[in-house]
Amino acid sequence: MIPLSWYLILSAALFSIGLFGVLSRRNAVAILLGVELMLNAVNINLVSFWRYGDISTMAGQVFAIIVFAVAAAEVAVGLALVISVYRRRDTVIADEIDIMKW
Amino acid sequence: MNFWNNPVQFIAQWLTGVFTGWGMADWAASLLIQLIGVVVLVSMMMVIDIFLVWVERKVVARFQDRLGPNRVGPFGLIQPFADIIKLLIKEDITPDGADKIVYNLAPIMSLMSVLLLWAIVPLAPVIFGVDLNVGALYIIAAGAIGTLSIIMAAWSSNNKYALIGAFRQVAVLVSFEVPMIATLLIPTILAGSMGMNEIVARQDIWFVFVAPLAAIIFMITAIAELGRTPFDMNEAESEIVAGFHIEYTGMKFGLFYAGELLHAFTFGGFWAILFFGGYRLFGLENLGPIVAAVILFAKALFGYWIIMWIKYTLLRIRIDHMLAFNWKFLTPLAFVLLMVVALMNALLRGTSSGVYVLGMLLTNVVLGWIVIEILRLYSRKERERVDGPAAKTLEAHH
Amino acid sequence: MTAMQIIFLVVGFIILGSALMVVTTRNLIHAALWLIVTLFGVAVLYALLNAGFLAVVQVVVYIGAIAILFIFAVMLTRKEMRDRGPQLNRGWWLSGIIAALTFGGLFWMLQAWNGFSKTAADFPSGFDAVGQLGNALVSPQAFVLPFEVASVLLLAALVGSVYVAFNRK
Repeated sequence: MIPLSWYLILSAALFSIGLFGVLSRRNAVAILLGVELMLNAVNINLVSFWRYGDISTMAGQVFAIIVFAVAAAEVAVGLALVISVYRRRDTVIADEIDIMKW
Repeated sequence: MNFWNNPVQFIAQWLTGVFTGWGMADWAASLLIQLIGVVVLVSMMMVIDIFLVWVERKVVARFQDRLGPNRVGPFGLIQPFADIIKLLIKEDITPDGADKIVYNLAPIMSLMSVLLLWAIVPLAPVIFGVDLNVGALYIIAAGAIGTLSIIMAAWSSNNKYALIGAFRQVAVLVSFEVPMIATLLIPTILAGSMGMNEIVARQDIWFVFVAPLAAIIFMITAIAELGRTPFDMNEAESEIVAGFHIEYTGMKFGLFYAGELLHAFTFGGFWAILFFGGYRLFGLENLGPIVAAVILFAKALFGYWIIMWIKYTLLRIRIDHMLAFNWKFLTPLAFVLLMVVALMNALLRGTSSGVYVLGMLLTNVVLGWIVIEILRLYSRKERERVDGPAAKTLEAHH
Repeated sequence: MTAMQIIFLVVGFIILGSALMVVTTRNLIHAALWLIVTLFGVAVLYALLNAGFLAVVQVVVYIGAIAILFIFAVMLTRKEMRDRGPQLNRGWWLSGIIAALTFGGLFWMLQAWNGFSKTAADFPSGFDAVGQLGNALVSPQAFVLPFEVASVLLLAALVGSVYVAFNRK
């Protein structure tokens, strides 16, 4: 069958790819895409530990559902902020949003 | 088991015998049989889709006091085939600057999201695709894929009007999913499970008699999800030409159109399964699975007829009225209904079935009456606000 | 190579491949669409892990809401339909090294753990995972408090994002 290591390696790789996206992209929306990848990697980890551990305690799945809710809330607020910044500064390149006011 | 008791299993067993007789491994034979089952289900749905085109055109004609297609074949039955041939031989245009892969993928995903729904529909106690225990949520998930295909179609067309149409359509779709989820939870509570098979098996009394308000709200949100009048933002021809599928011609448009009709029939089917007992009809379904499937299709056609009736009678609602209707009326009503049904279900759970049905029906009627009273109060205030000064001056002149 | 292993390898390949496309493609709409492919792959992975409810919720919440929100945000924050300029910032090679080090560090830390290669227990038949999850979410001995806190968080996020993004004329 499938050993636990496969799932853990997959989620570590997905997390690293998301980290690369966050650190290296210029567009603010693309940075948020990287954050979504990292949250999904965490979720895969949680659910695989639930499956390979004690199935009767639902802690893994409940934690994953809370992460769903947190990710949705964070994306909503983050994108609202990005849109608001775009309306004022006319740009969403993260390097150009570097002074508080002018 | 013979063919009439359990046709699907019987044919599967016979085919397994044939395939292993040819020397195939066991797992390969079962995989091939499952693939054949999927292909057969999809083909059956597409053939029904062709029939639905004829039904739609005849019914709309009768609503508009004319005859509909009656030249091509007896009663115009060959008309859909003529339509298909026309769509196939049209020139296949891809607009300049369109995103080719996304442009070609969008109609496929739109039709796919409808065909995916037929995997969980129980056609008979023994004929179903898969007995998913989260069937109610699966309906919403397939709707999400349809929403995605609309955005993909509009974005890849490189056309401002397509984009505007798609934005409005997606706003309506995403908004009306919320009361739909609440009303999907009501048969779940009444049956104790989200799986479609379980919901049908628990409907000794059809759920429409236990929660009629839920059936009405589900029908309204389903029509909004389908994008049909009175909620059709994507075909608002007087406003934005043809919405998100402006740039699609030929068979790609045919896929969108056929997908919309099949989607309407599918939601008629789900209305039947969730509220009208599915394939059950006073024990008639025990005659055999074929009879049960025919009963389900008849009920689905009835639901489809109601959707068509509403479409060809009502006018389109303005987009801001539509969204206000959803967020200020349907969503609070759906959630209040959910709480009331859950409470009454817990209170009346142990009583006899007659008391149970009467109790639930009474609460639904009371809730509907309260809603209508609130609406009357609100409209009276609106009327006074608009007509008030005029009525008062009329009184002053007397 | 059992069937489950083959399915896992295919799904894992799809997830990692589309995640790489998300972080490297220039066209932002394509990046959002590749994210949708990744999210589908993760949903299939949940189904492989016998968490069917989570698989469907993943499709509904992530693909049906979050991905569409991303596409809308991409469309609303640009002056023209095309993307211009480089899409990786100047220190991208350093980010690549950091990401590779993170993966290496996680792998090295995990393979020193003795439970790293354990195989799954068989899934007990008749185990109502959805019902148990529902019980866990509302039972006072289980997780009702985090559940309610999460709903308050969503309410706060809803009010906050509407207020922040509201277009005051």
